[in-house]
Amino acid sequence: MTNTSSNAPSIRIRDLYVDYGARHILKGVNLDIPSGKITVIMGGSGAGKSTLLRCILGLKKPVSGSICMLGKDVVTASLKEIYALRKEMGVAFQGGALFSSMSVAENIQLPLHEHTSLDQHTIEIMTRIKLDMVNMLDAEKLMPSELSGGMTKRAALARAIIMDPKLLFFDEPSAGLDPSTAAELDDLILKLKGGLRMTIVVVTHEMESIFKIADYIAVMSEGELIAAGTPEEIRASTHEVVQDYLNRKPREGIVDADEHLRALTEGSD
Amino acid sequence: MQNFLERIGERTLGILEETGRTTSLLVVVLFHMLQPPYRLYPIVRQIYFIGARSLTLILFSGLTIGMVLGLQFYNILERFGAVDLLGSGVALSVIRELGPVMTALMVVGRAGSSITAELGIMRITEQVDALECMAISPDKYLVAPKVVAGLISVPLLTSIFDFVAMFGGYFVGVVMFGVAEGSYMNGMIDAVQWEDVRLGLVKSIIFGGLVTLICCAKGFYMHLSKAGSQGAEGVSHVTTDAVVLSSISVLFSDFLIGALMQ
Repeated sequence: MTNTSSNAPSIRIRDLYVDYGARHILKGVNLDIPSGKITVIMGGSGAGKSTLLRCILGLKKPVSGSICMLGKDVVTASLKEIYALRKEMGVAFQGGALFSSMSVAENIQLPLHEHTSLDQHTIEIMTRIKLDMVNMLDAEKLMPSELSGGMTKRAALARAIIMDPKLLFFDEPSAGLDPSTAAELDDLILKLKGGLRMTIVVVTHEMESIFKIADYIAVMSEGELIAAGTPEEIRASTHEVVQDYLNRKPREGIVDADEHLRALTEGSD
Repeated sequence: MQNFLERIGERTLGILEETGRTTSLLVVVLFHMLQPPYRLYPIVRQIYFIGARSLTLILFSGLTIGMVLGLQFYNILERFGAVDLLGSGVALSVIRELGPVMTALMVVGRAGSSITAELGIMRITEQVDALECMAISPDKYLVAPKVVAGLISVPLLTSIFDFVAMFGGYFVGVVMFGVAEGSYMNGMIDAVQWEDVRLGLVKSIIFGGLVTLICCAKGFYMHLSKAGSQGAEGVSHVTTDAVVLSSISVLFSDFLIGALMQ
């Protein structure tokens, strides 16, 4: 399905098909991600949302389709063009993906060292500004192994925004965090949107986070985009899968353990 | 029968695919090495890891192998009354064959395995993806410094191994068994030609590149192998594979280089 939005889209995805071997993971996804807003891509496990994110980031080549981002098609772009696009984006991975041999500050400074000719003093000031934004100023010298789950995610976020990207991506930002740390991270995402005016894309299935941060929601199920719209539109959706998901209804086909055991026992008699 | 043939075909295709990937990684690394910006620090850091931190192992193994060679050569040469040839026997064996091969095998065991494990873990914890997303080429940032460091470190370690092994032979022959010092030293100087040194040098450079490239490729492309979906267990699989494949490659290419430069 194709959605429409009043804002010009930052990312335009058309007829995206992705296979892993013989398995069809994405089956013709069409989605417009509005600029300057927080778009949440939600769906159950195996819905294809992380694969969609990997395609947008240029980490996975789709079988067919197009992903237009900042005026370039990621699918047909050369490696040089993709690298130029990536300089305009920041990514906070699910597990943080911090480099374990570097301190928090060194992790955050890496993109600046690689892509700019700023002197070390300026780089250190910029690092402290970003660390302050994520409330981690005192963790500058710590190693990733010394950080808690929430601190790791915040450090990864500081690294993702160090180049002031136009697009910011989060993969399961609140996964594995306790409710209050997850809420802190949600507030941080909202603060970033307000302060840095970025287009933010969040892949998650945490219901509470979704309705707290989202301006726009895309719901995926079994490799297809089944609904897209504002949180109110999604809540009002009559789509059965969307409603099942919102009401936390178990999926059909899930085996009742007692019944299954009884059937097996009867069969052996 | 059909299943058996299918399995052989699948395995052959797998080997060809892996060889192709490793070769293309070499080409990409060579290409990146020629592209600015040129950064010395990551290479120096890898030379420290592959070279300096292998030094104790190389000193110990070089000394031990030199002493064993001295002992065995002395026993054999004594039967023919030719103990004067002890120096040349030890020097030629070490410079032409044992030095480059043993050093490369030691580097595989100490540094190669940890290179594979490091890159494999970086791959499964999305650190390689994170580099890509920061527009930093992981080939250039992670692999190229390791391969360059291998090309520099292994020949240096080999020369240290050669020197220590010859001293080990000297200790057994001259100090323990009383072979004349002059005959040991002159035997070495007379027997060793520039061609022997060149052969050892060429072998050590090729082994250095080969070992680091195979170990890097195994870890870097872990996600494309069958072990890719097995997490920590997969890392142990690719690390074992890397050590076995590197060791076999060193031994086989030792024969090839020896035959070609004979």
